[in-house]
Formats: sequence, structure tokens, C-alpha cells
Amino acid sequence: MAVGKNILRKDGYEKLTGAARYVDDVTLEGMLYGKTIRSRIARGRIKSIAYDAAFDWSQIVIADYRDIPGKNYVALIEDDQPLLAENEIRHYAEPILLIAAANKDLLEAAAHHIHIEYEQWSPVLSIEDALACREIIYGTDNIFKRFLIGRGDVEEGFAQAERIIEGEYRVPHQEQLYIEPQGMIAIPGNEAMTLMGSMQCPYYIHKAIKQLFHLNDEQVVVIQMTTGGGFGGKEEYPSVIAAHAALLAHKAQRPVKLIYDRAEDIAATPKRHPGVIRHRTGVRRDGRMVASEIDLVFDGGAYVTLTPVVLSRGVIHALGPYACDNVRIQARAIATNTPPNGAFRGFGAPQVAFAYEMQMEKIAAELGMDSLELRRINMLREGDTTATGQTLIWSVGSEEVLNEAVERANYQAQRLAFSQSHSSIQTSTTNHVEAHKRRGIGLSFFLHGAGFTGSGEAKMKAQAGIEIMANGHPRVLSGSTEIGQGTRTIFSQIVAEELSLDFSAVEIEEPDTSRVPDSGPTVASRTCMVVGRVVQMAAREVKAKLLHFVAERFAAPEVELREGKFMVAEKALADFQEMACEYVNLFGELRCFAHYASPPEIEWNEETYSGDAYPVYSWGAEVAEVEVDMDTYEVTVVRLTTAQDIGRAIHPLLAAGQIEGGTLQAVGYGLLEELVWDQGRIINNRLTNYIIPTALDAPDMETIIVEKAYPHGPFGAKGVGELPINGAAPAIAAAVFQATGAFLSEIPITPERLQAAIEKVTTDEHR
Amino acid sequence: MRQTPTVQSPLTLNEIYAALAECAGDLKIIAGGTDLMVLANAHQLEASNFLDIWRVDELRGISDEGDALRIGALTTYTQLIRAPLIQQFIPALVAASRTIGAVQIQNRGTLGGNIVNASPAGDSLPVLAAYDAALEIGSQRGTRRVAFNEFYTGYRRTVLAADELVIAARVPKVKAGERDFFCKVGTRRAQAISKIVMSAKAQMNAASIASIQIGIGSVAPTVMRATQTEALLVGATLTPDLIEQARQMIANEVTPITDLRSTEHYRRSVTGNVLTKFLRQIIEGAEAR
Ligand SMILES: Cc1cc2nc3c(=O)[nH]c(=O)nc-3n(C[C@H](O)[C@H](O)[C@H](O)COP(=O)(O)OP(=O)(O)OC[C@H]3O[C@@H](n4cnc5c(N)ncnc54)[C@H](O)[C@@H]3O)c2cc1C
Repeated sequence: MAVGKNILRKDGYEKLTGAARYVDDVTLEGMLYGKTIRSRIARGRIKSIAYDAAFDWSQIVIADYRDIPGKNYVALIEDDQPLLAENEIRHYAEPILLIAAANKDLLEAAAHHIHIEYEQWSPVLSIEDALACREIIYGTDNIFKRFLIGRGDVEEGFAQAERIIEGEYRVPHQEQLYIEPQGMIAIPGNEAMTLMGSMQCPYYIHKAIKQLFHLNDEQVVVIQMTTGGGFGGKEEYPSVIAAHAALLAHKAQRPVKLIYDRAEDIAATPKRHPGVIRHRTGVRRDGRMVASEIDLVFDGGAYVTLTPVVLSRGVIHALGPYACDNVRIQARAIATNTPPNGAFRGFGAPQVAFAYEMQMEKIAAELGMDSLELRRINMLREGDTTATGQTLIWSVGSEEVLNEAVERANYQAQRLAFSQSHSSIQTSTTNHVEAHKRRGIGLSFFLHGAGFTGSGEAKMKAQAGIEIMANGHPRVLSGSTEIGQGTRTIFSQIVAEELSLDFSAVEIEEPDTSRVPDSGPTVASRTCMVVGRVVQMAAREVKAKLLHFVAERFAAPEVELREGKFMVAEKALADFQEMACEYVNLFGELRCFAHYASPPEIEWNEETYSGDAYPVYSWGAEVAEVEVDMDTYEVTVVRLTTAQDIGRAIHPLLAAGQIEGGTLQAVGYGLLEELVWDQGRIINNRLTNYIIPTALDAPDMETIIVEKAYPHGPFGAKGVGELPINGAAPAIAAAVFQATGAFLSEIPITPERLQAAIEKVTTDEHR
Repeated sequence: MRQTPTVQSPLTLNEIYAALAECAGDLKIIAGGTDLMVLANAHQLEASNFLDIWRVDELRGISDEGDALRIGALTTYTQLIRAPLIQQFIPALVAASRTIGAVQIQNRGTLGGNIVNASPAGDSLPVLAAYDAALEIGSQRGTRRVAFNEFYTGYRRTVLAADELVIAARVPKVKAGERDFFCKVGTRRAQAISKIVMSAKAQMNAASIASIQIGIGSVAPTVMRATQTEALLVGATLTPDLIEQARQMIANEVTPITDLRSTEHYRRSVTGNVLTKFLRQIIEGAEAR
């Protein structure tokens, strides 16, 4: 049995020994180094570009928009983002020119001899400015996309409400901060282009490069190198850097390597969407929600990119894991003159999770009721219906996760103990010889839709296959990438389990578009649940073919495959490997492909934005215990206890790793991570000043995996990649609220922000 | 285009002096390199000729000179943390060293580098300020001694001449019954640049303060001593009222700015709060006795 076991990672040895090759480890014959020349204003137009006459330009390859053979845009959702700016500049660090040279010193020197002059226009730099429409930078109203979800009768609901509670919540940008920055090598050929680099989605790049050079499927080859993390940051952006490298390579007719350093990577590539989320909730005195109105605005940055899809996940998750009969959720994404925001683990859900959970805390506080009790009254359970009208028919671990987290963390007892130890807020201002550390405990409860939103998977029809190699072992053919999360390991477990082989017998083909089919992007917590399922189906087909073959060969009708052997009752006929080899020798090959089909029960209406938004949800609950230093306003997360229902854990240790890593990334989101801007330019674009948690900032974590099997996932698995990033920020904010009395409706809870909130509580109390 | 860098690696102090005398001003001293390499990586290092002093063992070591310790400029944080003499006589320097970067930086970064780099956020500097350290400065022209509190002349400016280097710091030992203090408020628990960093020392005489020295970093163009607040406290009886007065006074005495790490308001008020942390500890310590 391979599934459910903590086998060694397939890619572990190479990574541990340093043998794994990342894109920057590759140097090719005649290769040039590329560099991007970017705008130094947020909005305006290019007046002139001058090249110093004194500089020797003969050794420099220069490409601008005129070198683009096809249309000048990045192929994604809308065709609004140019690959290279022609005239108008819409954000700081927008690519204008590309240069390449044989060595990096020459390249840097050349960059200093290019002078671009601009005419500056007044930029739109905030959600408020965009909505106020003082400057119009997109369409007629600066709005990229709108969604509306409606259910029941909201006016009627509010009429029934005994209390109406309003809250406004703000969430910031967040940088993915993969350890390996973006990088790509383009290798030109005769009517051909090969790209190799760091990426999540080889077929996105394949599509973009085909379109750029008018090439066909075979002429473009995209190969994923070992990738040092992605977190969504290598979903859409690698298409841009690949196109840039390819343009230079095409012009130079030599391979070109384009690698960003950290400063450029943070300054120019997409971030998590910041947002402003307003809740207006009607409740009865007993806590039952009877009406919920939510208004959600995300800042998309200067171009559409993936914003509509992020907004869609945001709007669908906006009510959280709660039931309410009367709902109206309005969502808008607006344009600003800042670098486009894009995919980041969670994809719109962590933003709304902070808002819906803080709203729960607020409602509980205003009703004078326990917030755990409030959640229990309103939570979704199996058989309940969501805001989009989806009835939850399977794999609903909501009660289990909530109970587990609360029990393991001893939440109720701790909550009571802390609330008795401090009844009102006291800081250095009021009494400086007091105990200056305060403790609090807080809870969050959340869900995450697994796989693409709506009809995405039905349209995508992800493919994957299995082929039997000459040695009789199976090899998985899939475009899903290993980005540290364990794709290779879990795919080999799934195949090993299905074919009753040892997992070490299973090989995984390199993600190379000339050798693997399009399994869809490695995003949306879909690799295990969706692509893993397709891999499982392909393996089943291989098994069926071999069973049939063996049955005929041995004239034995009732053949079974058990522990790597073909058996009739208790008698072994032959080894899997032997028969597989024989089959390949006889028929030339054994390759089976399968594609994904959505479960027949699932129905989604794109027009009305209603129905089954996701085939299934993963569920989580988290308890954070914090200590606040009332002298310095620093928050220490002492302990995090989280229970997460992810369906069957194919590899429990990798799953726990996803949960811990995602949770720590969310600790950064809640406490530390913030971009500092100056006129549209990010000024803390370095590891020294963009603050993510270190090992010393990591709390003790206890992770409980709840396994509510999902009937359509491989062996019952559903999604785990994104779920964990939803929980920590609101749980920490709830704990800080208990510890200090300060209700933080904006993250990150930096000491400066907490100080302001505490000072406000203190002055309000003195009034 | 950038010139190819040159590096000289002398083995003795005299060779350093000679090299500095020869091309003073055009030669950049590199010790652990942990400040310089950050600049190089950001393309902000203009120098191209380097004097690597790492192999000069005369610049290492901690020695007991009776009422003070002499610490060689090349002493690393790891060495400071592990040295029994430092643990016993300058505990705040151990505390400070533990907060610097993380283990890799502590193994490579030097006290001399922290001093001469002259960042207002250098974490060892408030300790040297509070302890009234002196610096030994040398050149072919001879050696001289400069009080640490007179070493900085402005933001990232020092009294060091182009042909000079810092050889050692002489730090008076903590006295019997004297309490010392160190507190760094950074942006996170490791690999953090200070928003406020304070070190202090005080000697009590029953309930009143016989002497007190307070060094603070990241709240002014250079590391500073809070002399006004010290004057308020010296000779006074340590009461909650006095602590409150000191808290307010020091918040006004510092001159911080708002930058990308923090705000002026936070830095002022938290400087006050951090001082009260120390003063409370003194009271609690007295009560415990
Ligand atoms: C990741 C990281 C984390 C860090 N964290 C911290 C931190 O938490 N707190 C902190 O204070 N600092 C921190 N630093 C900064 C740095 O490590 C310290 O300032 C260290 O003490 C510098 O010593 P060095 O020997 O490496 O200096 P170098 O980089 O070699 O030199 C620094 C400067 O001093 C000059 N210099 C060095 N020695 C002498 C000498 N004997 N005489 C004359 N001039 C000299 C050099 O010419 C140069 O200008 C960090 C640095 C990094 C890279």
C-alpha cells in the first residue's frame, strides 16, 4: 500500500544533495544575458528614448515593441497588457526595452547609457481614488470586473433582524516570496522556440509563445526546470518573462537567459490583491444571521491579467462557511497605476476570510455572545446551502474541524482564563508597573473550494497519461509541475496504489510540452484532486488492458492484480513487470490517457453566478494564542492549533507540510508583510525590508488532519494547497482583540498599527 | 563599466598601516564583509580597491585589563557570545550580539565593522555608548584613544581619518551591584534591523539612583546617550512618578524620523516604554531582594 504512507519524496535526494538543476545553473554555448529596462514613473507617456552615442552598442542586442512579430500583448484573459510599452506607461517598473549582452557587467553598463524621458500624468494609486474616478485609467469607470451574488430577499432579511452590524475590513498586498526568483532561458531555432525555466504552468507559456511568433504546437517547446517555489507567483508571470527572453533570443539568434534579482522581482511581478471589504449583517438576538450584504473591492493593478478569476473566487467565498438565507454580495475589481496583482495561494479567499471572520468577532462582541457559539449557530453543515445556492452533499468536515481545533487547543478554558485576567485595557500610559505582557486566544473557521471555480474544470478537461517503459515500469505523463508541494511523490503513490506496485517503480516524466499532455495549470489546489484523479483513471486503464492481456495469455478468466503479481485465486501467474514488458514487446507500446470529467451531480450557472461553485470544499479551523508586549506592541504568536479537512491525505507528512507552510505564510500576512510605496514605486523591495516570518517568528504549531473522503477524488483526496492560508490572520486578530481590547480591522497588525488602535481604545475609554 | 576589483590581504597590523598610508582614501577596509557585501549586491558599493584585514590576528581577542576589557576590532559576535569575560563583565553585549542577524552573520560580522559602518541602527553601539567605551585607533602616525561617545560626528560620519583603522574597543566592566540592560525592538525576531535599540546601566543606592547611563540607537542620526533623562534620574528616588516623568522626557529627547521601518510616533513612545521596562526591572529586582 502506498497511499497514506509517508514515503520519501521523489525529488528529495537531488534537492538535498544540490544535484537538482535550477534555471540559473544552466549555461549554454553562445548564451547572452538579458535585462529589462523598466519605467520609472507610475503613469504618463514616453517622450523620448536616447542611447549615449559614446557607448559601444555593437555588442548589445536591443529589442523594443517594434520587434514583436505578432500583437503586442500578453495572452491571458484580456489583451490589454503590452509585452513592452509603446508609448503610454501605466505602472512603475513597466517593461519598455529589453537588452542582452555576453556578460552581465557589459549589460549593466549599457543600461546606464539609456535615457528615457517621460511626460508624467497624475496616477491613480488607491482603491478610493479609482472609485472616485478623478482620473479614468480603464474603461469608463476604472472597473475591470463586477460580480453579483444574490439569494433570498435581503431587504426582507434586514427587516427581520434585531441587530444590524456593520464592519469595514482592509487587507494588504502580499508578495509570494518564492526563494528562487523568476527566471527563463529562451533558445531560438529554425521556426522554433524552446523555453526552459522556473514555472508552474508550462502550457500557459506554450500558448503565449505560439501566439507571439505564430508558431504551432510542435514548434514551441516549454520545459520546467527544478522550481524553487511558486505560491501562485509563477502561474501567469512566467509567460511575460518567457516572451521577453524569446524576443531577445529571436533577435540575437542566440540563447538568452533572463533572471530577475530579488529587487526586480519584488518591484515588478504580481502580488496578492489588496482589498476593502464591507459587511452589513442582520442578526437575531440569538445570533442567527438573517441577512448579509457584502461589498468587496479588489485592486487589480494596471492590467486585467487574472483579476476576474481572483475576484470570482473572492466573491464566492465572501460569506465564508456560514449559512444565510438572504444574501447580496457585490464584487468589483478596479484599476490602479500599480504593477498588476495576480495569483497567490488562496486566490481571493484569504482576503475575504479575514473580513468574514472579523465580522463574526464583531457580531459576537456586539451581541455580548461567545463567538464560538455564534459560529456554531450559523455554520454550514452537510445538507446546507451556500450563498450561491450549492447544497453540500458530500465530504463536509466542518463540525469535525471546529471541534478538533477547539478541543486540542483547550480553547474555551483558555479563553475564559485570559478574559478573567484582564477586564480592561492597561498600557504603560495608565500604569507602568503592571504586568506588561497580555495573553489572548482567538479562533477562525474557514473553507476553501477545491479545483477551478464554476465550469473551469469542465472546460479544461485536464489530461494525463501513463506509459509503460521498456523495463515494464509505469511512467506518469502530466503537465502538472513539482514546485515543492510534492506532485511527483503523490502521483507515484496514486499509480503505485492503483497498480499494486511499489512506489519506487513509478517514474514521473519531466514536464516538457513535447512529452506530456496539458493537465491544466498547477494552481487552485487542483493537482492532487483533479489531475491525481486523471492519473488514477489512466492507471486503471493500463491495469484493465494488462488484465485482459494476461487473461488471454494464460487462458484464465478470473485474473487479479495483487502486490505486483497477476493472480488467479491464490496462484501467481506472472509479475506485473514481466507482463508489462511482454505487452510492450508485442504491441510496440502501452500508453493510456484519460481526461477529467466533472462529477455529474455538479451544475454551475455562469450567467446567474449560482449553483455548484466547486465540486467540493476543504474545511479548516484554527486557534491562535498570542502574547502582546504592551511596551512595544509586538505580538508573539505562542501557539497555533489547526484542524483541516482535506479528504484523504495521500501523503500525510507532505499534507502537514502544506498546512504548516501555508499557516506560517498567513502569520506573515496577518502580522508582518506590507509593501511601502512612494508614488507607485515599491520602496521595500528587498529581503531586508519586506518582512516575512523567520524560523524564530514561527509559533509552535499543532496540525490535525481530518479526512472526510471525497468520492470523486483519488482515494478520497481533495485540495490542501490553499486552504491553510485562510486561517491564521483572523485567528491572530481575534486573539489580539481579546488580549488588548483593540479590534483590528486592518492587517498586518504591525506594532505601529496596534499602538494606534490601543491608543484609540484608551482615549475612547477616557472620554 | 566597473573596474575589476583589487584585494590586498595583509597579515600584520604594520602592513595594514603601510597600505593605508600609501593609498589612503582609495582603499576600502573589508573585515567580515557583512555590511559591504549588501551594498555590493545592491550596486551601491563604489569602491574597487579592498584591504582585507581578516587575516590579521592582532586585531582579534578579548583581554582583561583590570577595570576594563579590551576587545579586538575583528572579534565576531559568536566570539563575544561565547566569551566568559564578556558574559561576566559586559552582559548587555552578549544580549546585543545574540540579536544580530542570525547565526551566519554572528559568525562573520565583527564589532569593528559595526562601529565603523556607523549605522544609527547598529545593535552593539548602544552598549558601547552606555558603557562609556573608548576606541583605540591606529595608523602609521601612531595610535590614539577616542571616547566612543565622541566617535560619531554626524549621520554615518566618524572622526576616523582616511589612513586610520579601529584596532580595539576598551569597555569598562560592569561594577558590583550595577544592573545592565539591553532591548532591541526590531521588525521581527531575527534578521531584523532595529526600530529602537537601547542599552543602559544603573547603580542604585538604596531606593535612589546613584548613576545611570542610557544608550539608544535608531532614534537619531547617530547612536546617542540620553543625557537629559540621565540627569533627571541621577540622585532621584525611583518611584512610579519618576518613571513616568523619565518616560515622557526620553520620548522628547530622542529625534527619530518616520521611514520605511517605523514611524516617529512609535519610536518616541516606545523608547519611553522600553526605558520603563528597565526601570521596572530595577524596582522588581529590589523588591525581590
Ligand atoms: C543578513 C544581515 C543581517 C544583519 N543583521 C544585523 C543586526 O541585526 N544588527 C546589526 O547591528 N547589524 C546587522 N548587520 C550588519 C553587519 O553584519 C554588522 O554591522 C557587522 O558588525 C559588520 O561587520 P563586518 O566585519 O562584516 O563589516 P564589513 O562589512 O567588513 O565593514 C563594514 C564597514 O566598516 C569598515 N570597517 C570594518 N572594520 C573596520 C576597522 N577595524 N577599522 C576601520 N574600518 C573598518 C569597512 O570599511 C566598512 O565600511 C546585518 C547584516 C546582514 C548581511
